[in-house]
Amino acid sequence: MKLELGKINIKDVQFGPETKVEQGVLYVNEEEVIRIAKLDDRILDAKVELARPGESVRIAPVKDVIEPRVKVSRGDGAIFPGMLNKVKQVGSGRTHALVGATVITCGRIVGFQEGLIDMSGPAAKYVPFSQTNNVCVVIEPVEGLTTHDYEAAGRMVGLRVAAYIGEAGRDATPDEIKVYETKPIVEQIQQYPDLPKVGYIHMLQSQGLLHDTYYYGVDAKQMVPTFMYPTEIMDGAIVSGNCVAPCDKVTTFHHFNNPVIADLYERHGVDINFIGVILTNENVFLADKERSSDMVAKLCQFLCLDGVIITEEGYGNPDTDLMMNCKKVSQAGVKVVLITDEFPGKDGKSQSLADAVDEADALVSCGNGNEIIHFPPMERLIGTLDFIESMIGGYEGSLKEDGSIDAELQIVIASTIANGYNKLAAKGY
Amino acid sequence: MKKYKVVHYINQFFASIGGEEMADIPPEIRPGIVGPGLALQNGLGEGYEVVATIICGDNFFGSNMKEATETILAMIAPYEPDLFVAGPAFNAGRYGVACGAVSKEIGERLEIPAITGMYSENPGVDMFRKDLHIIQTANSAADMRKAMPKICKLAKKMLSGEEILSPEEEGYFERGIRVNYFNEERGSARAIDLLVEKMAGRPYETEYPMPEFDRVPPNPPVEDISKVKIAIVTSGGIVPQGNPDRIESSSATKYGVYSIADMKTMSKDDFMTVHGGYDRQFVLENPNLVIPLDVLREMEDEGVIGELADYFVTTTGTGTAVGSAKRFGQEFTKKLLEDQIGAVILTST
Amino acid sequence: MVKEIERVGIPVVHICTVVPISLTIGANRIIPAVGIPYPLGDPTLGEEKSKKIRRTLIEKAFNALQTEIEEQTVFE
Repeated sequence: MKLELGKINIKDVQFGPETKVEQGVLYVNEEEVIRIAKLDDRILDAKVELARPGESVRIAPVKDVIEPRVKVSRGDGAIFPGMLNKVKQVGSGRTHALVGATVITCGRIVGFQEGLIDMSGPAAKYVPFSQTNNVCVVIEPVEGLTTHDYEAAGRMVGLRVAAYIGEAGRDATPDEIKVYETKPIVEQIQQYPDLPKVGYIHMLQSQGLLHDTYYYGVDAKQMVPTFMYPTEIMDGAIVSGNCVAPCDKVTTFHHFNNPVIADLYERHGVDINFIGVILTNENVFLADKERSSDMVAKLCQFLCLDGVIITEEGYGNPDTDLMMNCKKVSQAGVKVVLITDEFPGKDGKSQSLADAVDEADALVSCGNGNEIIHFPPMERLIGTLDFIESMIGGYEGSLKEDGSIDAELQIVIASTIANGYNKLAAKGY
Repeated sequence: MKKYKVVHYINQFFASIGGEEMADIPPEIRPGIVGPGLALQNGLGEGYEVVATIICGDNFFGSNMKEATETILAMIAPYEPDLFVAGPAFNAGRYGVACGAVSKEIGERLEIPAITGMYSENPGVDMFRKDLHIIQTANSAADMRKAMPKICKLAKKMLSGEEILSPEEEGYFERGIRVNYFNEERGSARAIDLLVEKMAGRPYETEYPMPEFDRVPPNPPVEDISKVKIAIVTSGGIVPQGNPDRIESSSATKYGVYSIADMKTMSKDDFMTVHGGYDRQFVLENPNLVIPLDVLREMEDEGVIGELADYFVTTTGTGTAVGSAKRFGQEFTKKLLEDQIGAVILTST
Repeated sequence: MVKEIERVGIPVVHICTVVPISLTIGANRIIPAVGIPYPLGDPTLGEEKSKKIRRTLIEKAFNALQTEIEEQTVFE
């Protein structure tokens, strides 16, 4: 499967009568975005606010972050297949992405797993969205909506708005075109016969309300592990429906821009042969954990992999899925490296993971989510701070009268995301 | 000019009192420096004064740890020290354990920096590395000339508040305390580097060695459960409606003890869950799924169990540090023992 | 918490879904529960069946408490 990804660099975002991209500036038609948000009758009202890098702005509670993209080649499907657009195999042809722009959905919380983003100040460095031009859609649900419904409604608003804004990139000329290609297995192995065959085991969060992920619209709880061409993810085949703990959230933006896939492609043909992706889940039943990890190991062996990288979404019980995958894949003779974040307590002294196996001897750290961070007050607030103290990472007394916050790093969206996107790490002192 | 006051701790050997045969001497305090205290004073230089030295026999300390520590604390308190330095102990095991124990205690009680040094195989290292900065030394006192300056350098940083760098840079044993920093490369790139080394059979280093968890031997079984008082403990985050004590949804810093007196079942009107790590819909509807009160009351009425305690203990399990959970356990077990609880059912999601 | 209870001499049984974590942390008497969002029961089967499951799990728990063990044991 071969995909051409056209990157259109966005350096600013403004409101305008027409949604379009001109000279690197994204113009957004505010009324049209609101109209699209309210297409879902579960949404009572919506507001649009813009947040740019360096501004004194805090956004909370954040539900999802999505990069505007559009598929431009005919016959190759459309982004978010099975979720927003019709189900169709994606990952080939040509796709345009507005790089440096995002759509952020926020509003009253569904549950306490939603997080915050600071566009400037000391907490900005923990999140990539302090560097992007963000179109924030603040949604208000109708009265009496169940939490499941509210979550679904918010999710669809994000996808619709991102797809709408993505259209602005359809006829724009990309600043850069990257070509990604993965061939069918035998051809792929033959293309670089002397390079070690590497696979990526991508674990998807699948534990219920605010803990779900979708592949072509299928709830990952209901999947058995399967093979995915890496380029499928670049067209939105995987969509986030979760906020397990804000710091760990793999936003839909992060799915589009999966760093393991991007970095493996960089080394593809150089010192490794990137074979493809094995998708698996993190279910709430022990039997499911056993079954999925058995199948992951089986696939690794069948694909004749020499090594794999495994990423996890979430912490706590999914650490068991991570360790089961690690153990069984290692025992199948494949070398394993894990990427995960750590929760050793505020003093950094406790064990960082809930589970451990001897085979987990090569691990990359994405940082300690329990560290207490100070967030100074910001001039503008998008959303609300009402829920800070019950949000994960928050605690009684977190929110101060002057609007500043003391809370654990885990309250910042994707700050310790366990797929290696960030440069944050932890080491032993 | 104000000088920092330093107290030094050494054993009978370094005080030139004697060897093994004098290892039983109780603690004594002498003003100023004794023996290697000179190297300490020289290493620290101007602005610091070793005001007193504690000498204690290694055996005495080992057999009377609590008492010896209290005595030492009382001896040094009048000096109002700013810094406590023990040893270095090199490879002397009992001395190393004493240095570690007394440094930890003095450091905590007087709230001053405390530092020591020893060789990697000294049992004091594993026992105290988490609690103290222990400078790495060679295995004999011949290393004093190299070890003491390292101790002094780090001690000065601890006093001035200057940033303490990594174990490699400062020369202390890694304490296993996880600290955040920004790497030059992102995690995914580092992972591929690590994998390439591992696949090639070349040496590699993990960024996080697997943690170890201690073990406690199982208690003998309950003889007859129908004669015993049972208590329920949970990590499922069940709290009274409104979460009056504000137990956190993750990374809990507290636990709660709540009454179930006269209740035959857990009602959703009275209780909820705040645990942020699972889909709460089922438990919010029926908290008995985590605190099985309905069934336990039936069994109490039937005489299957002797009695059910009229409270349960609760906290949130997700993201909660093992250290915190241990602390909760150490606290609430006191109540369980007072209430003569004969067995506990602990439920987790 | 399980180990601290054990440490003071009170026999304790851990009813939990993610048995591997319980084993890693070091609980001694372990009963596998039903699922993470509903450890002691299965509401998807209706309240009556769910309660029966709950009763069975507790009975197993008491059985485990009254059984002599030498090492960590999962009572299936």
